[in-house]
Amino acid sequence: MESFAYVRADSLAEAAEAFAAHPGARYLGGGTNLVDLMKLGVERPTALVDVTRLPLDRVTELPDGSLRIGALVRNSDLAAHPRVRDGWPALSQAVLAGASGQLRNAATTGGNLLQRTRCPYFQDVSKPCNKRRPGSGCGAREGVHRDHAVLGASEQCIAAHPSDMAVALAALDAEVELYGTAGVRRVAAADFHRLPGAHPERDTVIEPGELVTAVLLPAASAGAPSAYRKARDRASYAFALASVAAVLEVADGVVAHVGIAFGALAHRPWRARLAEEALLGAAPTRAAFERAADLELAAARPLRDNAYKVPLARNLAVDVLSRLVPDQEDS
Amino acid sequence: MGTEHGPRSSPHRSDTTLRVNGKPHTLSVDHRRVLLDLLREDLDLTGAKKGCDHGQCGACTVLVDGRRVNSCLLLAVTLDGCDVTTVEGLSGDGEGPHPLQRAFLERDAFQCGYCTPGQICSAVGVLAEAEAGHPSHVTDPSAPSGRPVPLDRDEIRERLSGNLCRCGAYPRIVDAVEDVNGTGHNPRT
Repeated sequence: MESFAYVRADSLAEAAEAFAAHPGARYLGGGTNLVDLMKLGVERPTALVDVTRLPLDRVTELPDGSLRIGALVRNSDLAAHPRVRDGWPALSQAVLAGASGQLRNAATTGGNLLQRTRCPYFQDVSKPCNKRRPGSGCGAREGVHRDHAVLGASEQCIAAHPSDMAVALAALDAEVELYGTAGVRRVAAADFHRLPGAHPERDTVIEPGELVTAVLLPAASAGAPSAYRKARDRASYAFALASVAAVLEVADGVVAHVGIAFGALAHRPWRARLAEEALLGAAPTRAAFERAADLELAAARPLRDNAYKVPLARNLAVDVLSRLVPDQEDS
Repeated sequence: MGTEHGPRSSPHRSDTTLRVNGKPHTLSVDHRRVLLDLLREDLDLTGAKKGCDHGQCGACTVLVDGRRVNSCLLLAVTLDGCDVTTVEGLSGDGEGPHPLQRAFLERDAFQCGYCTPGQICSAVGVLAEAEAGHPSHVTDPSAPSGRPVPLDRDEIRERLSGNLCRCGAYPRIVDAVEDVNGTGHNPRT
């Protein structure tokens, strides 16, 4: 690891100022991914701006019924929060499906969103990787890519986003609040991460120096039936091979609201808009869920060793949606 | 601008004060120093072990402000003012072993013992988290929020999944944690 300066920020303004004063700086939250990447030589910041003492560690219920989750709320506290568990259960379930107890105690909400892909070529500085070193090539496309993207990948990059939490946020219509020198802005969680295109080095739409300050859960989805299901190689403590977060509301025998997002299939949580459109107003039957999932996944372009992800994701989606149908509406 | 740490002559070191097992220590730490190396190399507390050094094996698990964490991924400079408990500090001066330490001995819950300090510190955290009502991946989502979560073997296995044991002593590790669970003998919680 290379040497770096260390600045502990006491306010948002100080954090932004310190970031600007040190070209090559990185903000430091829980550090569970950043410090690891520094050990691997993937990240080589000149300075760390420690934001963990900023007052962003609270979950606040807002008057309109939405929930504001400070960017420094630890993953374990987020998953255990009674309001989150009761109002947006898919989020709690997604967080608990990721990492280990120790990591969730350290990792923050903002940091979870900003974690980097676990593509082995990205994490190995001796290998080509367009995300780590633009223009160096992609080792994964013809190499080890069993865990990689089947949707929305580009010639330059087939990495998959590793977060479970972000998948639930995308399905639940959450928003990400960003603080920067230009002020505060909000981005839909489903649009926060990018597809790789010609610039896989950019994971998200965040601008240099901007800081995630909060995640907002909308009042509209509070209390709606939602769930997260993840398939992985081990029963615990492994990244997803495929996952699904879904929220489903049924009224008068038809789907009144549905949000579906896939994890581990793309460079970002994949909001399944085509499937949602197909289901809205339809009877919530297993056959309808199968057709909707197939419609969404028709765009999949699997590689040599990851075609298994397509039927896996389809079956996960059908299972999660079927379980969300209220008993009396089940058909 | 925030507090710029480190004297001018050494922009890559800062004075950091930590309480470790109840005792305050002020050290000039290289910003790259992780808590695990500080404990083992600066304070001669070699209970926490370096396994993978990447937060994957749990051998380095300690408690920071009462919460279990991977000490290999925590930069020491960020922990100024924090309270650290290692396996050496689980029982107070003059006390016998912590009930979990005793249970691991009684159940013979290890072979080589390398992962054991991490397993025990992690288990201390597991019992506290369950008592505080923290759910896990295997907790029934309809279980009431905010109430202590009963720990059956599946819960213990899931909650300890961040601690690997290459000898495969898992069944007896679960036995040991099960013995202490619910006895109220987890004094650090």
